[in-house]
Amino acid sequence: MTDSTSTNRRQFLKQASLGGVLAGAMSLPVWASQTQAQFPDTLPEWMRKPGDNFSNYGQPSPYEQQVIRWISANPDAPGNGVSWTPLHDLQGTITPNGLHYERHHNGVPQIDPAQHLLLVDGLVQQPLSFDISSLLRYPMVSRTCFIECGGNSNSGWKNNPIQSKAGYAHGLVSNAEWTGVPVKLLLEEAGIKSAAKWIIAEGADAAALNVSIPLEKLLDDAILALYQNGERLRPENGYPLRLVLPGWEGILNVKWLRQLRLVEQPAMTRDETAQYTELQADGSARQFTFVMDVKSLITSPSLGMVLPDNPGIYQVSGLAWSGRGKITRVEISADGGQTWLDAKLHDPVLDRAFTRFSLPWHWQGQYAILQSRASDETGAVQPSRSALIEQRGHHGFFHYNAIISWEITESGDINHVYAD
Amino acid sequence: MSTLIKTIVISICVFYTLISLAESDYQKLGKKADHLSQQAHWNLTILPSGEHLPKGSGTAAQGAKLFALKCAGCHGSEAIGASAEPLVGEVGSLSSDYPEKTVNSYWRNPTTLFDYIRRAMPINAPFSLTHDQIYALCAYIFNKDDIFLDNVELNQDTLPKITMPNHSGFVAIYPSQN
Ligand code: HEC
Repeated sequence: MTDSTSTNRRQFLKQASLGGVLAGAMSLPVWASQTQAQFPDTLPEWMRKPGDNFSNYGQPSPYEQQVIRWISANPDAPGNGVSWTPLHDLQGTITPNGLHYERHHNGVPQIDPAQHLLLVDGLVQQPLSFDISSLLRYPMVSRTCFIECGGNSNSGWKNNPIQSKAGYAHGLVSNAEWTGVPVKLLLEEAGIKSAAKWIIAEGADAAALNVSIPLEKLLDDAILALYQNGERLRPENGYPLRLVLPGWEGILNVKWLRQLRLVEQPAMTRDETAQYTELQADGSARQFTFVMDVKSLITSPSLGMVLPDNPGIYQVSGLAWSGRGKITRVEISADGGQTWLDAKLHDPVLDRAFTRFSLPWHWQGQYAILQSRASDETGAVQPSRSALIEQRGHHGFFHYNAIISWEITESGDINHVYAD
Repeated sequence: MSTLIKTIVISICVFYTLISLAESDYQKLGKKADHLSQQAHWNLTILPSGEHLPKGSGTAAQGAKLFALKCAGCHGSEAIGASAEPLVGEVGSLSSDYPEKTVNSYWRNPTTLFDYIRRAMPINAPFSLTHDQIYALCAYIFNKDDIFLDNVELNQDTLPKITMPNHSGFVAIYPSQN
């Protein structure tokens, strides 16, 4: 409080008490006539009784129970499927651990860390094993980055726009602070032989998932993550140990990691040939498409929301990310891409991490198509849907990063449309 | 102790603590694991050359019986797909308007099928098959599209020699356009 306001307040109180003396009880303000210190009809219940006890591990408010991951699994194999992050219900950039997207091939293993080993072998001077308690003693680094499933947004390849909420169509991407040991330290400890060019990473789940990763990436910025947003990894995110490869396709960020084998050539595993490859119109398929390209999504307003005021001012807000570097620009269009305005990028703008953008929008009740278009520091610009399909055909299934369009009707309803 | 001596002792202690902090790097805690590297359960990945394929053999006829018993519930009878992917047929469909990616139409290497069935299938009971059974199931699947003959044993020598129809259908984006 500044001096002048406190003086004013004192003067105000003085005058009020003087007034009371002079004018008598008849003109007492309403608040002064209350005789009991009880407000049964006016103060809410939670101010009139003690609140809940402490909790060992906090949970969201019961009033936020609709903020959940959306699960889609195979009924004959319930551990095979995905769950989407509700991006449309979240703000800021960090995905809460209980809402990080999931892709499991055969369920979530409950691994006893005391029985888990990481084996580093193959083309090394000395094969080495590491237990979790040892790994916890290594120097660690923290890195905030997104992880995106190669199959995120894949309904976009289809001819009809899917009418799902923003996160439930595009939320196989999440953003967290990962903390752990640089993979490089362990590889150097084992001694890399010069013939080694790739590493086969294998998980300890009931799919024993295996993929080949270029050694170059593992020596660059890969982390053996033990912590996620400050706490130990969640089981569904790889507890006790996962690979994090900033900017690279989700499948390569192997969870429940048990082995890193150095080899000369990729192993051509199922998840780098049969899956996570993109069939093109000529029948050939793109393989080893590791980097997730620049992309953005308006999370609010978005499908399932209604604009309550006409006319009204709405804060158009969303997320942008690129596996190639920092986001440098996000443009927003309200007329289906005819005109664009630069959105504000919110700090921090981090390399290969979610960047929050926003722009106030004065809606006059007209039919509108809201779109966002992101650019990254390498100059890459998010493509229109028609440009992406022109380039890749309809059957790529993976790596869909085209502009996403929300139609606003005159009554303020929101639908997903293809606008370009 | 005089104040002066105390000060000197404390300064020396602080000095040494700082030195040891500055010099401390990290302790290398990896344990020699040559014995693990030799064991079968740490050699699950089969390379395209056939390296790490185990001993064993099976035929398409044996595989057909096993498939009906252990796989058809999810992949359909005759392996044409149900709640889980189709595994056979559609060879040559990849450049059509309705491409189907099956093992026989799309997969690049025969070794991948052995590798994947052993580590992941049947999905409700991974690592429940014998190596002979896995060879038989591979023989059955390949034989459905005449990629492998009837009544011939599939084993660690014959399996890697199979050429899949779509063997040259993949274009590596890494490292050239990554
Ligand atoms: C309980 C259901 C179920 C049973 C039984 C089952 N599978 Fe599967 N299978 C699946 C599911 C689900 C997938 C997809 C897994 C994924 O996406 O990670 C799959 C994937 C596969 C694939 C890879 C297909 C592709 O194109 O990527 C092969 C090959 C396969 N199964 C073979 C078998 C064989 C052989 C058996 C019998 C020994 C078997 N499966 C039994 C459910 C089953």
